[in-house]
Amino acid sequence: MTDATNHIGTQHPEAQLSDYFALLKPRVMSLVVFTAAVGVFVAPAPVHPFLAAVAILFIALGGGASGALNMWYDSDIDAVMKRTSGRPVPAGLVAPGEALSFGLWLSFISVVMLGLVANWTAAAILAFTIFFYVVIYTIWLKRWTPQNIVIGGAAGAFPPIIGWAVATGGISFESVLMFCLIFMWTPPHFWALALFMNEDYTKAGVPMLTVTHGRRETRRQILVYTILLAPIAIGTAFTAIGGWIYLVAAILLNVKFLLGAVRLWRRSEAEADADGYKAEKSFFRFSLSYLFLHFGALAAQGMWVKLGMGAW
Amino acid sequence: MAFRPEHELHKRRFGRNTGLGLILVGFVAIIFGVTIVKVSNGSFMEAYDHAVRPSITVPESSN
Repeated sequence: MTDATNHIGTQHPEAQLSDYFALLKPRVMSLVVFTAAVGVFVAPAPVHPFLAAVAILFIALGGGASGALNMWYDSDIDAVMKRTSGRPVPAGLVAPGEALSFGLWLSFISVVMLGLVANWTAAAILAFTIFFYVVIYTIWLKRWTPQNIVIGGAAGAFPPIIGWAVATGGISFESVLMFCLIFMWTPPHFWALALFMNEDYTKAGVPMLTVTHGRRETRRQILVYTILLAPIAIGTAFTAIGGWIYLVAAILLNVKFLLGAVRLWRRSEAEADADGYKAEKSFFRFSLSYLFLHFGALAAQGMWVKLGMGAW
Repeated sequence: MAFRPEHELHKRRFGRNTGLGLILVGFVAIIFGVTIVKVSNGSFMEAYDHAVRPSITVPESSN
């Protein structure tokens, strides 16, 4: 009897479970889980804790599925960029077709399960989010326009809207504000990264703003978006999900973020080169804390109200 | 009849297969848990058993 399996995996390293997990972009998933959880928590309708946890799990799985589909389509440019060359598909651990099928099946399972566990409005928004990230951002915008990050950022902004829909079955002004907060935060966050990872994007031919319009213009755009972001972030304090705790946090975080953006705008390339893009790296790191702390403050505010300590 | 020796592939994929098994068990547990919560929180339902009973009659005051 011939044994075809003798040849399987002997030429290439074999994919482990952790490689399939890496296809889901776990770091992006942590943002999805956190913002979706806050969306569920601050919504005015109560959800059974077990159903909320399962719903968040499937929202995260849907986010992960879109990550796998992104890695399938982008494997050619991932192989060129230093930051992404170790991903499972360019590293030869998972075949592109396998990543595609993995992503499609997980998308289907996550959408159907979210519909069954929560409601079909939330499931429909999750399906649209996956479509938006894979088709609109990855396939269409990413390689075509320097506005890729701006429009594509919408995909990452949907989780709190989905979380809110899990609890209420709909969309509201507050959930749209949470969407806007992430949407307006995405460009300064990614452009700060692009300022010190420019070589990667140039090599891959991805039209990031730094590649098409240069670093000077990117610094200006970071400042513009940071200025536009501040009133949205602070204004959320005066809605049904806001309050004193969130207002204080939002003011402090936005002042620091704005000062950081002004500092980047004032810097010349010579200065940035001289200190190894220290300020840009520090702005990028702070941008992560900025978003986590805003949503953390919303959760804290929600907890304050639920404990009967009063709202506005 | 002697058992065939374990194939090298089975050893190599042991971790992966165990992980997948645990994920499937977890999925079953989730479905079970969701069912329990949904059934416990659902509105009261009564099937029709071909016999008139007070809960399915229309109150006279509503006529």
